[in-house]
Amino acid sequence: MRVVFKTSYDSDIDLHEHGADRLRTALLLGLMAILPFLVGDYYLAEATNTLIWALAGMGLMIAVGHTGQVSLGHAAFLAIGAYTDAALMNAGLPFYLALPAAGLAAGLFGALIAIPAVRMSGIYLAIATLAVFVIVEELVIMLEPITGGVGGIMAPSITLFGVSFDRYAALTNFYWLVLGIVALVTWGYANLMRSPTGRSFLAVRDSEVSARALGINVTRTRALAFGLSSGVTGLAGALMGHFIGFFNYELFSVIISINLLLVVTIGGLGSIQGAFLGAILITGMPQLIAILRDGVNANFGIDLGGIPGLDTMVFSMILIGFIIFEPAGLYGRWRKIRVWLETFPLARRDMFRRHKTYLKTERMK
Amino acid sequence: MTELLQLVIGGLANGCIYGLVALGFVLIYKASEGVNFAQGDMMMLGAFIALGLGNSEQLGMPFAIAVPLAVVIMFGVGWGVERVIVRQLFGQPQFALVILTIALGFVFRFVAGSIWGYTPLVLETPFAGMNMRAGGIVISVADLIAIGVTLVLTVALWAFFAFTRIGLAAQAASQNQMAAYIVGVPVMRVNSLIWGLSGAVATVGGVLYATRGAIDPNIGLLGIKAFAAAVIGGLGSLPGALLGGLIIGIIEPVAGRYAPGEFAKMSPYIIMLLVLVTRPGGLFSQIQMKKV
Amino acid sequence: MSLLEVNDLAVHFGGVKAVDGVSFSVESGEVFAIIGPNGAGKSTIFNLISRIYEPTRGSIRFDGRDITGLKAHDIAKLGIARTFQNIELFDHSTVLDNLLMGRHTHRSTSFVEDILFLPKVRREERDHRRHVEEVIEFLELEAYRNKMIAGLPYGVRKVVEIGRALSIGPKLILLDEPASGLSVEETREVAFWIEDMRRDMGLTVLMVEHDMSLVNQVSDRVLAVANGRPLALGSPADVQAHPDVKAAYLGTEAA
Repeated sequence: MRVVFKTSYDSDIDLHEHGADRLRTALLLGLMAILPFLVGDYYLAEATNTLIWALAGMGLMIAVGHTGQVSLGHAAFLAIGAYTDAALMNAGLPFYLALPAAGLAAGLFGALIAIPAVRMSGIYLAIATLAVFVIVEELVIMLEPITGGVGGIMAPSITLFGVSFDRYAALTNFYWLVLGIVALVTWGYANLMRSPTGRSFLAVRDSEVSARALGINVTRTRALAFGLSSGVTGLAGALMGHFIGFFNYELFSVIISINLLLVVTIGGLGSIQGAFLGAILITGMPQLIAILRDGVNANFGIDLGGIPGLDTMVFSMILIGFIIFEPAGLYGRWRKIRVWLETFPLARRDMFRRHKTYLKTERMK
Repeated sequence: MTELLQLVIGGLANGCIYGLVALGFVLIYKASEGVNFAQGDMMMLGAFIALGLGNSEQLGMPFAIAVPLAVVIMFGVGWGVERVIVRQLFGQPQFALVILTIALGFVFRFVAGSIWGYTPLVLETPFAGMNMRAGGIVISVADLIAIGVTLVLTVALWAFFAFTRIGLAAQAASQNQMAAYIVGVPVMRVNSLIWGLSGAVATVGGVLYATRGAIDPNIGLLGIKAFAAAVIGGLGSLPGALLGGLIIGIIEPVAGRYAPGEFAKMSPYIIMLLVLVTRPGGLFSQIQMKKV
Repeated sequence: MSLLEVNDLAVHFGGVKAVDGVSFSVESGEVFAIIGPNGAGKSTIFNLISRIYEPTRGSIRFDGRDITGLKAHDIAKLGIARTFQNIELFDHSTVLDNLLMGRHTHRSTSFVEDILFLPKVRREERDHRRHVEEVIEFLELEAYRNKMIAGLPYGVRKVVEIGRALSIGPKLILLDEPASGLSVEETREVAFWIEDMRRDMGLTVLMVEHDMSLVNQVSDRVLAVANGRPLALGSPADVQAHPDVKAAYLGTEAA
């Protein structure tokens, strides 16, 4: 087990605890950057998709994982981001203005909802977000001049300073663009979590009453967290729009909201890494299922392709399995494995035993 | 005026079904302060089981046997879900249950889809197509039965919680599991029972729904609307759930008649948001505050 | 002028008069204890001072300023810190982070600056760390610095909560039953800390406590309450000798 001797407060404040950690991050980022030279277009597109999902997952993670606000309607913010970006670009605005505007629009909308919603706790907020999602969906259909209504809208191709970042014509560039945005957001997110703002999110999540006693304005903190959450999700929505190219309201169904929840839960609540792991799983899973399905078809002659909803079914089972057996998600499992390796052969099974407690009620006793 | 009255009566019957599904939400919320997002899908599954047992080209049992049997089966399903899956979540935060039940809903939908397919089916009932006339208004027998059954069931459930031993035990468990456990309430068994009950209630709702139109595996999405109903009434209140259901049931067709289509779809949720903003605990809320 | 002046304070929940006409004042540098049987309204008085409950009547003045109209989150900024009867820590954070959360009122950076982690943020972080380390040293929490709250023993959590309150850098600290659930040794430590808080940190302490040995040892004055009404106010010995107080504790009719 590595023991880090800390000689200054800075070693706690820094993003990385020690040099090897820093090196690992640099290597990972380097590998991601040269990915276009290592894999073909198909997998590069998949990687781009995964990055976009990770971005959206990070957005939801701020709310669900770090502030304890469950949202069942985050697809609404994806939609707001995508439509704002596409509409502004169609109106002639360049991408570098349209994208931040999309994030801002989604963020402001999210914060706006959060202000009345913060009076609600837990389950009620989840429901309110679901309602907001339905309303946004209908609004998208109603605002046909901007959104293209049922017919849909085209996300124009991106050109920055004369260089094309078109999703099809210049996929490598588009990939780098997405990677850059994701890296930037990740850095900001990590900064947030080591600063007073991030701590106030955690405080509000774990004990509202003592957060208040420490001088944290719970309403404002919740609204800020939800705003940031929906803002980041909005950015992801804008990129998703460009990635898909042509889309209508059906792209942002309630299933997407639930898949996003899957990303953060399976990935591991309360960790940035979890958003990435979850995104890898959710974007990789359909491929895996398709491969397995072909295998079953070829070897046993059973055509599973004829069964509709099998993908969702498999997702659901995985989700149930995770919630029951590993609520800490993939990242939590990874940490346990790491500790097991680091302390080998001294690890004991009870090291990570969960404390089971009786229901902590929020009601008046 | 007749037109409005006609809309209101149809809406009442609809609202009763929302109310029944909402009752299922409230039951589980009362018992474990969790929300079962698969409630709508349990309703769907219940309706399909009744259909599978009763329809002539399926098992062909008489309606009067098929429906109670379906209710019993779904009681078992609810009970089993609690016993096998939900119980494992003991000690995890509320929202684990939310996600778990959403996933369960997908599983139910898949099961129903695999067995009965995705094309809408009609439940055969003895009173299909029967109507009554009063003044200029046509009332279908199915509507009347839906309203009647819902009222009876709500009163029965209320009496169950207010007067029976096990009902009181469930109330106690919902307020403080630990304390209830210490004074000898079999918290776990009560929870299983409540899940069973909500499965049974969902089935009644599903059958009533099926008497009024065709069903397919996606009718479970109605659960979201029923959920809005439960929230409008206040998640902890049985009469509140029914009232919420009725409000939504009536608003929907009326809004559909006098406002653009999208507004009708949005109306339940707009009302719900309004209620949440003005009375965060719902219309029938008890004051909620954590003691420190 | 007293540091804290509570005047004719009352709160009614429905028909229940949880607190009814309580007045007292706490002088700067004093250790003031509120005692009373269970359900007497002691914690309610705390919740009124920290603005969790809205008083039905009466006023609370701190440092010469009326705080009755303030919000719960404005109280810490004035220099009032508190602990809770049933520990309310942030369970999924480390001891260090819990204490750092106590520094919230001293932050001056906006969330945008935080996201960019400007040098200013780092400077402030170092500053927070310095203050928190002082608290850690004072309460001897070094061994637990990077431990999650969820796995800590009760006694330690109790101390961490005091530490979090101290991290605010308050003038007045409200301790809600600091000794409940603690062993005799741990209670003795709490007594030393309370004395040190007063002597070394110049703090004023207002506490609710059942443990009479602790009350006798550290408090200058005691207020006894029962059924939401004040019974007696004075030195610990005087209050405990008061016939009404005896009656309230023993449950007999006032002699």
